[in-house]
Amino acid sequence: MQHDTYSEAYIRKILQDVKTIAMVGASANDVRPSYFAMKYLLTKEYNIVPVNPREAGREILGQKVFSSLSEIDQPVDMVDIFRNSEAADALTDEAIAIGAKVVWMQLRVRNDAAAERAEKAGLKVVMDRCPKMEYGKLSGEWGWLGAVSGRISSKRAVLFGNRIQSLSIATRGS
Amino acid sequence: MSSDDTPHFDTLCIHAGAQPDPTTGARATPIYQTTSFVFDDVDHAASLFGLQAFGNIYTRIMNPTQAVLEERIAALEGGTAALACASGHGAQLLIFHALMEPGDEFVAVGQLYGGSINQFNHSFKKFDWNVNWADATDLSTIEKAVTPKTKLIFIESIANPGGVVVDIAGISKIARAAGVPLVVDNTLATPYLCRPIEHGADIIVHSLTKFIGGHGNSMGGVIVDAGTFNWSREGRYPTLSEPCESYHGLKLHETFGPIAFAIACRVLGMRDLGPCISPMNAFLIIQGMETLSLRMKKHCENTMVVADWLNEHKDVAWVSYAGLPGDRHNKLAQKYCPQGAGAVFTFGLRGGYEAGVKVVSNVEMISHLANIGDVRTLIIHPSSTTHRQLSEHQQIAAGAGPDVLRLSIGLEDPSDIIKDLEQALASAV
Ligand SMILES: Cc1ncc(COP(=O)(O)O)c(C=O)c1O
Repeated sequence: MQHDTYSEAYIRKILQDVKTIAMVGASANDVRPSYFAMKYLLTKEYNIVPVNPREAGREILGQKVFSSLSEIDQPVDMVDIFRNSEAADALTDEAIAIGAKVVWMQLRVRNDAAAERAEKAGLKVVMDRCPKMEYGKLSGEWGWLGAVSGRISSKRAVLFGNRIQSLSIATRGS
Repeated sequence: MSSDDTPHFDTLCIHAGAQPDPTTGARATPIYQTTSFVFDDVDHAASLFGLQAFGNIYTRIMNPTQAVLEERIAALEGGTAALACASGHGAQLLIFHALMEPGDEFVAVGQLYGGSINQFNHSFKKFDWNVNWADATDLSTIEKAVTPKTKLIFIESIANPGGVVVDIAGISKIARAAGVPLVVDNTLATPYLCRPIEHGADIIVHSLTKFIGGHGNSMGGVIVDAGTFNWSREGRYPTLSEPCESYHGLKLHETFGPIAFAIACRVLGMRDLGPCISPMNAFLIIQGMETLSLRMKKHCENTMVVADWLNEHKDVAWVSYAGLPGDRHNKLAQKYCPQGAGAVFTFGLRGGYEAGVKVVSNVEMISHLANIGDVRTLIIHPSSTTHRQLSEHQQIAAGAGPDVLRLSIGLEDPSDIIKDLEQALASAV
């Protein structure tokens, strides 16, 4: 599959299906992009497992940090790679080994060889995207920043739970 | 989402950015006439202030009505994000505020709206942002004006008032080579006629006051981020690439990637300088955008008819409209705005300054006022009004010499526009 563009349906299905996301390169520094993404995805009620050898054993945003993907003590649906394109090589193989269903590489992270191996093993792959941004585009929150979602819809946006200013990507009625 | 099946231009004019309200189902965009938005709890408030969550805090920074306008214009221009402002000039101020440090330089061409020439020559000087002027019709002058301190190049796609169409792709090459963004004021063309991002522009600015609002009732401006420029490559744009003190060391480009420039203008420039658009004006401009294609098509048709007629008139020395075959900018117009060269152009009177002043007093239906881009036809004599602060040399360089009249052709029946001009010209000589 080509990875220059993704259909809305492809991204939506991934973000609707996954529950547990291992975030490799999660930072405890609250101005780092990975911290932003983790905090946001927690508010959307994903189960986030931070992976960072320097923080292992401690907590980030109340979640226990693991030193590597293979040490995680629960099934992982998606591995979100907040590392550089080179590091994504070995991490993709680890993601395959632990039975993840999706490998997601962050903005500016792209490794086509690794993506091909993951797809051969039956995983879905997203590269050079941020799940927080993609969630926002699908839910309608992205437009609050004056940013282009590429979506047009005559359906009401779906509120997330009973919060204010929080939209969901759930399909209406589900 | 970057998928292949992006909706077409006319569809985007109506739908981009607007989804029915989640609680009421309101279909037209509501006017959120409020200064502020309640927080869910303290943590939600902290996340919003720290830029960790999307959401509205205070209308100076963002507002849901304004957001629809922003997403729509960004979609029409082919950009990633936008920031609406109180006026076109406010938008220009925020662009420069994000990119310039005191002592920095920028290159601008002389073929600009007179107000922009003033802003650059005088107000920006007070910030020690220094302009080097060049000539849009001679690209070598732009190349020569670039120095190691240059931070951006500023042009208009179709220049006001002269009817000059600018070689955007050619100038974009110069900007690329210099490692600086190309900023294009696309006010006169609108994205219906020209999409500068497709020709290499990195930032678009508009006065929404003109054709995009289109009805002469609301001031507004907007900045569109193309999402193309690498702000961190050389560290020349510290506002975007370096840790931001007022956000505890956050790096804007690293965090916001393809929308970093629009975000920087919002969370720094707009936050601290404050030229925000009112929700009511945002609503009126959204209303205008829904008919942008229809209006621009008719504006251009009417303009061709009037320009042709003036071109044959005995008291008219010359007509500068790039849409006319044989005009010196017609070739560039065919390349950059094949659907029409806009609805603003100038013409010269054999009777000079005196005749110009008479014509603007003689018109009956046509309005003598200092705006363009209205459903009504407008006229002005620039050298006695908009360009009066400039020297005669600068006036001529800007296409606004003493004999020049500028028209902004409206959507009336073109024969009525001609009839009014006919009587105004007849009694001017
Ligand atoms: C080409 C151009 N750019 C910028 C502006 C300034 O916009 P505003 O009047 O909305 O500040 C104008 C206004 O006439 C204009 O014609």
